[in-house]
Amino acid sequence: MAYSRKVIKKFQDTLNNPAAHNVGRLDPNAKNVGTGMVGAPACGDVMRLQIEVDDDNIITDCKFKTYGCGSAIASSLQMIEMLKGKTLEEAKGIKDREIADLLELPPIKIHCSVLAEDSIKRAIADYESKKT
Amino acid sequence: MKDLKYFDYASTTPVDPRVADKMYECLKLDGNFGNPASRSHEFGWKAEEAVERARMQVASLVNADTREIVWTSGATESDNLAIKGAARFYKDRGNHIITSKIEHKAVLDPCRQLEREGFEVTYLDPNEDGVITLDMLKKHIKDETILVSLMHINNELGSVTDIEEIGNFTRENNIIFHVDAAQSTGKVNIDLSNLNVDLMSFSGHKTYGPKGVGALYVRRKPRVRLEALIHGGGHERGFRSGTLATHQIVGMGEAFKIAQDEMEKDNKHIKKLSDIFYKEISEIEEIFLNGNEKNKVPNITNVSFAYIEGESLIMALQDVAVSSGSACTSASLEPSYVLRALGRPDELAHSSIRFSFGRFTTEEEVRSVAETTKKVVAQLRELSPLWDMFKDGVDLEKVEWIPH
Repeated sequence: MAYSRKVIKKFQDTLNNPAAHNVGRLDPNAKNVGTGMVGAPACGDVMRLQIEVDDDNIITDCKFKTYGCGSAIASSLQMIEMLKGKTLEEAKGIKDREIADLLELPPIKIHCSVLAEDSIKRAIADYESKKT
Repeated sequence: MKDLKYFDYASTTPVDPRVADKMYECLKLDGNFGNPASRSHEFGWKAEEAVERARMQVASLVNADTREIVWTSGATESDNLAIKGAARFYKDRGNHIITSKIEHKAVLDPCRQLEREGFEVTYLDPNEDGVITLDMLKKHIKDETILVSLMHINNELGSVTDIEEIGNFTRENNIIFHVDAAQSTGKVNIDLSNLNVDLMSFSGHKTYGPKGVGALYVRRKPRVRLEALIHGGGHERGFRSGTLATHQIVGMGEAFKIAQDEMEKDNKHIKKLSDIFYKEISEIEEIFLNGNEKNKVPNITNVSFAYIEGESLIMALQDVAVSSGSACTSASLEPSYVLRALGRPDELAHSSIRFSFGRFTTEEEVRSVAETTKKVVAQLRELSPLWDMFKDGVDLEKVEWIPH
C-alpha cells in the first residue's frame, strides 16, 4: 500500500512513542469520560476513542487505541490532534473528509477516516448519555 | 535497499549470479543470440543447442523425458495451458473439474473461465493444515470428472499435498491430474517417472532463475493431449507457439541444474535458519503457526499474531520485506483466502505474515528479524484495544461489534 509521508510519519510516531501520542485509556465509568468504540475484528479494524470533558463542554483530554492498518492508526492520531481543546459542538463538526484530506488517504483507505468520525460521534453520545 | 532484509523468497527469488552469467552469454552479437527456430545457419543451431541443454536440465531435476517439457512464460501460463488446454481437449469425455480453495489464482482464475464456458468446477476445502487428501477428493469424483488440479506445495503456508497417492487414484480412474509445482523445485524431490502426474507446472523465478520463463511437463506415456492457447508457428510441438527466449530458458535451465546439485545443501541451510527463527518468535504470546510444522517445507513460515493487524505489522517491520497473505492479492483489503479456507477466524487471517527464507538468507539476518518482530508486535499490541480486552479477560466472541 502506497501511503503519503504524513500517514507513515503519524504511524511511526505513535508506534515509537505511544505515551506522547495519547495512546492509552481513561476510566470508562467516570462521569466526565465518553467512550466510543467502532469497527470489528473481522473487518480488520477496531478504534476506541475516549474523551474527557470539563464543565464548559471542552474536551480536555483524549486517549485512543486502534487495531487496524497503518492508515487506521494514523487516522486515529489525526483525529486526536483535531479534538484537543475543542468544545463538544465543534467536535461534532469534524468530518471524515477532513481527516482523509489531511492525511492524503488513498481511496481504498477512506473507511479509516469514516471510522474516526464515527468514534467521535459515539464517544460524545456516550458522554452526553451520562449527563442526562 | 542495503538495509532492507529480504524475507519474501516464496514470492520471488533473486537470480543466482551463476545463472545471470549464463543468461548474459545469450544476448549480444558476440554471444548466443540466434533464433532457436532458425534452421538455416549456425546462429540458430547454437541457440537451439542451448535451449535443448536447458530442457535437459529441467527434465533432469524432475526425472522426466526432455520431450515432455514445454517452455512457457511462467507458471501462470503453464497452469492456464494445462487446465484450459486439457479441459477443452477432453470436453467430450465430461465437463467436471476438481481443484481446491487454496490454489494459486493462476489455477483458480482459469477454472472460473472454464465455468463461464460451461464446465462445472468443484473447489475442495483443505484440512486445517492446508492439505488436500485423497479421501476429500474421492467424495467429489463423478463420471463426468475429467481433470483434477492441485498444488504440490502451497505458496502461503508451505504445506505439502501427497501427489503420489492422489496420482495413483486419478490414473486408475482415467482422470487427468495437473499439479502446480511452482514452489517445489529445489525444495523437495520430484520423480515424475514414479509419479502418476500428467501435467506439472514449473516457474523459473521461484528457484533462483529469471522471471518470465516457466515450463509445463506434459506426459507422453500415457499420452496427454492439450488444446494450445497460443498459435503462431507451431513451436514446442504445437503446444506453445512463439520464438523461444533463449536467455530466459538458459537461465531457468542453469537454475534448475544448480537446484539439483545443491538441493541438499540449500535445504540444510534453510532448515537451520527456519528452526532458529521459529524458536525465537515463539516466545511471543498468542502466536499461531498457520499450517502444520510436521508437513511443510521449512522455507515458508506463516504465522498469525493475534490482536494485531497484518498490514500494520508489515508497515512496522519497515526494514524487512515480507508478505501478508499472497502477494498477488495484498493490494486488496480482504484477508487471505487461503487462511480463510483453513477455517481460521477472520481476525487471525487478518494478522498473518509469511516469512520466507532462501539460499542467500543469513543467520544474522534471521536473528535480527526475529528481534525486530518481537519488538514491533509488542508495540502494536500496546496500541491495540483488542489486546487490552484480551488481557482484561473479555471474550471477544461475545462483544457486540459495530462493523462499518
